[in-house]
Amino acid sequence: MMKKANRRVIPGFGLSMGVTLTLLSVVVIIPLASLAIFAANMSFGDVIETITRKRVLASFEVSFITALIASLINAVMGVILAWVLVRYDFPLKRLLDGMIELPFALPTAVAGISLTSLTADKGLIGGFFAKFGVKIAYTRIGITVAMVFIGIPFVVRAVQPVLEKLDSSYEEAAAVLGASRRRTFWKVIFPEIMPAVFTGFGLAFGRCLGEYGSVVFIAGNQPFETEITPLIIMSELQEYDYASASAIALVMLAASFLILFLVNLIQIRNSKILKGGGSGA
Amino acid sequence: MHKESKLVKGLLIGISVLFVVLMLLLPLITVITEAFKQGFSVYAEAVSDKYTVKAALLTVEATVVAVLINTVFGLFAAWLITKFHFKGKKLLSTLIDLPVTVSPIIAGLIFVLTFGRQSPLYPLLERYDIKIVFAVPGIILATVFVTFPFISRELIPVLEAQGTDEEEAAALMGADGFTIFTKITFPHIKWAFLYGVVLCAARAMGEFGAVSVLSGHLRGKTNTLPLHVEILFNEFRYVPAFAVSSILVVMAVVILIARSIIEYIGKRESEDVR
Repeated sequence: MMKKANRRVIPGFGLSMGVTLTLLSVVVIIPLASLAIFAANMSFGDVIETITRKRVLASFEVSFITALIASLINAVMGVILAWVLVRYDFPLKRLLDGMIELPFALPTAVAGISLTSLTADKGLIGGFFAKFGVKIAYTRIGITVAMVFIGIPFVVRAVQPVLEKLDSSYEEAAAVLGASRRRTFWKVIFPEIMPAVFTGFGLAFGRCLGEYGSVVFIAGNQPFETEITPLIIMSELQEYDYASASAIALVMLAASFLILFLVNLIQIRNSKILKGGGSGA
Repeated sequence: MHKESKLVKGLLIGISVLFVVLMLLLPLITVITEAFKQGFSVYAEAVSDKYTVKAALLTVEATVVAVLINTVFGLFAAWLITKFHFKGKKLLSTLIDLPVTVSPIIAGLIFVLTFGRQSPLYPLLERYDIKIVFAVPGIILATVFVTFPFISRELIPVLEAQGTDEEEAAALMGADGFTIFTKITFPHIKWAFLYGVVLCAARAMGEFGAVSVLSGHLRGKTNTLPLHVEILFNEFRYVPAFAVSSILVVMAVVILIARSIIEYIGKRESEDVR
């Protein structure tokens, strides 16, 4: 590591390394390591027993399905929103653009209670749907709504820059050659933005899986029905059952690392295609 | 190049506006209308309640500390990653980004395991009478954790694009590290830096899951504003819950406006340079 030190002209390597590693250790490495140490002391059988409890398995299902549906909705709506924000001009567009970031700025608990009161049977939206016999708050639909709220900026902000940089000459060529607008979109534009859509989808999915604050109020938290995995971890913690909480947390961590890995894989493959094809970015 | 028909354009804009109004704007408005449902005096009472004020102070404290620590970390880490070559850089970047991919509940859990009763560190902490879990330091640590990469993440791309030529030239002419940083590097990154601070503050003041695990919900002691909202809501005191939420809504709107302004000025300045 120090071999190249004599070639370094810019000062501050040692100090920067020291400060970075110290803070990283205290804030990230040591706490994560204590989970690893704690997990290493658990017996494999106990871990399997914990994570295959019916209630835990049901929570995996609830979390996975709602997060998947919410992220799919986000992928579709995210592309539409990014498209509208990049390609069209209309009044109050800047305001719309700024609003996209709201889920990042609004505390999740506030979003949670607000969405709950809106979609409860007596709420503005919930009242409307209740006429058709559709319940939103305290059902899986409610969980999905909260996750759509929390996930939408990820897709929009992933797709928007790609659309902005997209070279319009391909679209023009397609149009000159007689392709319809729809065909141009699916054959020319969509393949270009697809990796960004996947990235946004993956990030939104990861966030939705782990989301707690906005979901916990709207979910109703009925075991087997609307109990998400983070909530199970939370209730194990409140009962001071750290072993169970850690076992379930390990499954969630594995899932989120897998998602992160896949997102990175898509990004690497995409940048290789871009470089290899010479289309530039 | 022919464009979509007016119908498609109108339809897409319509869908977008409808989505933003229903999913984003309506929840925001609901907080305000619910907060004032029983008139201004009930609102004022809820907002100036002793526990609300205490929770607000703790939220401000945790946010300020998180921004300060992450500023120090962000500046040094970005400097380290973009100005030097060393082994393990990829691993370091991955570790820095890790906290945002971890569920907030798990973030809380790992600090409970590190400093809680069953931790090997616990006897040591007890000897010196240091309380971390279910106390203010735990809340601050959790807040720092969930916002950890927020500032470095904004700085690294800007510094990478800028390269190291200017700093190397300055160093060869004898400038010390501090001078190089303040005179050469910082002017390039000041908007990205402010942007990171704003994002960090937004997440820090609103963090719920991780803080919830570590707080123990002691009213007036370890309650932040989002936790206070939860308690009020679960006690079916909806108007106070929304009244306290409205404070956070105002802060969120201020943050959104600040973000837009910083982005706008930053873009304009980088265009001027070109």
